[in-house]
Amino acid sequence: MSEAAHGSANSRASVHQAGRGALLEVADLRVVFTLARGRELCAVDGMSYSVVAGRTLAIVGESGSGKTVSCRAVMGLLPPSAVVTGSTRFQGTELIGLSDEQMRRHRGANVAMVFQDPSRSLNPTMRVGAQITEAIRTHRQVSRREANEQAVDLLRLVRMPLPERRFAEYPHQLSGGMRQRVVIAIALACRPKLLIADEPTTALDVTTQAQIMELLLELQAELGMALILISHDLGLAASYADEVMVMYAGRIVEQASALELFAHVRMPYTQALFQAIPRLEREAHSPLPVVGGRPPDAAGLTAGCSFAPRCRSAADDCRAAAPPLAEHEPGHLWACWHPVDGGA
Amino acid sequence: MPGSESPPEPQAGPARRQAAEPALLAVRDLVQEFSVPGGIVQAVSGVSFDVWPGETLGIVGETGSGKSTLARSVLQAPRPKAGSVVFRGTDLVTLRGRRLMQARRHLQTVFQDPFGSLDPKWRVRDIVEEPLVAYRTGDPAARHRRADQVLELVGLDPAAHGRRHPRELSGGQAQRVAIARAVALSPSLIVCDEAVSSLDVLIQAQVLNLFEQLRAELGLSYLFIAHDLALVKQVSDRVAVMYLGKLCEVGPGESVYREPLHPYTRVLLDSIPAAAPGTSRAAATIRGEPPSPIHPPSGCRFRTRCPRAAQHCAVEEPVMRELAVGHTVACHFPLESTAAASKNAMPVTSTTARSDEKMGETPR
Repeated sequence: MSEAAHGSANSRASVHQAGRGALLEVADLRVVFTLARGRELCAVDGMSYSVVAGRTLAIVGESGSGKTVSCRAVMGLLPPSAVVTGSTRFQGTELIGLSDEQMRRHRGANVAMVFQDPSRSLNPTMRVGAQITEAIRTHRQVSRREANEQAVDLLRLVRMPLPERRFAEYPHQLSGGMRQRVVIAIALACRPKLLIADEPTTALDVTTQAQIMELLLELQAELGMALILISHDLGLAASYADEVMVMYAGRIVEQASALELFAHVRMPYTQALFQAIPRLEREAHSPLPVVGGRPPDAAGLTAGCSFAPRCRSAADDCRAAAPPLAEHEPGHLWACWHPVDGGA
Repeated sequence: MPGSESPPEPQAGPARRQAAEPALLAVRDLVQEFSVPGGIVQAVSGVSFDVWPGETLGIVGETGSGKSTLARSVLQAPRPKAGSVVFRGTDLVTLRGRRLMQARRHLQTVFQDPFGSLDPKWRVRDIVEEPLVAYRTGDPAARHRRADQVLELVGLDPAAHGRRHPRELSGGQAQRVAIARAVALSPSLIVCDEAVSSLDVLIQAQVLNLFEQLRAELGLSYLFIAHDLALVKQVSDRVAVMYLGKLCEVGPGESVYREPLHPYTRVLLDSIPAAAPGTSRAAATIRGEPPSPIHPPSGCRFRTRCPRAAQHCAVEEPVMRELAVGHTVACHFPLESTAAASKNAMPVTSTTARSDEKMGETPR
């Protein structure tokens, strides 16, 4: 259950120092859900990338583009109805095909995930401290007292004000930003090498969002973690990530360093995403450039580029065959027959 | 329709406008409080503002700033504890029953979650016709025509979408239905509470453009409430910044963003990730958490987190004063502004304004 038949477009070993240095290598990842009446929904369609320790990769896309599903595949957190093929190697170890028990050990030791809404990630009936010590004692055999000390240390690590006091409080006594700090503390309890943050700031206010993003980057530097930032916000991704990957309808459509992507957008979809963001520099009431329509239904993908029906530069060749994702310029990959060349 | 007039000039100050025409909505000293086990939440504490015909007033604030409570108090749901809400010349606070309902006909709302505000058992057409039925507008055939009209106006196909249930729509389409329902009765003001916040960015842009189109075509005014500053700037003529139940700054969108006068506005602006990578990250992050609205700080409510706070700020509550044309601020030590410099009665340099002593009530 590896090496999917689907594979070609992703010959791009040069992007990262593939093999050595890469913490996580994903090759040709494909996730298919089986729906009622035998219909299939291809949520992730041949995705390849790698993540290096100490670096931040942002995966950007709209709802349903496959960004969260692809990361859940790496975490082994997909329901049994999902068929995962391809390869995801963590420090050289293949994850696809691991038993539940092996996967649980992998998760505990290597990867942790932070989700969008901190209030849903925490148990409302348990004190903050107990939730952190539970995470510590699940992964390591330490005494209760040691676990308590480590939990307070973790709260201090995530810059929680008055960590000893917060330790004894319940989630509802904390603000949204503080709750997200607790979630991050729990995620760090197993000292992960890779932290996946799925929309970590979407439920938070702008001032809190800045605090949490700064915290994540500081922790990453302190602990040398790799960070995958999943976001719908291209602006946020471009500001905080080293590398940005844009997904549309289950595929990567453009990938480059944040600087390069911002300076030279190639894929019309990425450009549309950039342009649709209201920005402070924009004149009030000026019409936002929009693309019509909405993303295709992943259950009924047709031949050709999946963005073609909404794309202003689309031509006949776009509808005939899907452009492969290829490295057209050093470090800059895109999947488009008629790339644009524009700043964001 | 008020909208047949030209849209208000962004620079027009309150004094100038008052002489010309009455405000569409004039809110004065609005107070809203709730009893909770720990005390009384002072959600809105004396807020005053105007919305002029054809104007969009944006209100920005963080979670817990009271902006949604403010919106609901304007709608009299529930009624505010004190203050007046004069809409089209009538104080809604004094109205009851049918008279309130008649006044509210011109005051519609669009909320954040379209699926939460649309009855899942109803078809789209019935949802849009419902306010027409409630106000006994026309006969069934006329209501039918009006529903077709507004569905087309918001970019939906009456034949195709009209028969569907909300669950058969995408988020953007469902929000369009909510907007169609809001404009069905030809209101003069729509209160939008985080109306596009749950939508993906491309759909959000479509809906924002729709709001602008309706404003131009129907002469609508909006009270546009959101936490996203760039979004609010995009749609607003004037912007009000709210913190812990009070407005701290109100002014033309451009001046508030280009030359904020209140330190809190500055903090909000600095928290937005820079547009270009490399310059990277937010310019500054604010420390601490907002204080509890049950025990708001004395004097200026922002002082516990304010980099410019001094002794005086804890003693006396700053009142709103106009430092530039149409640009008011409630701060003892407002930021320097080129436009305000000439009018600023108390020019303060950053060194004198800054107190060495931090009056931190919130944990740091």
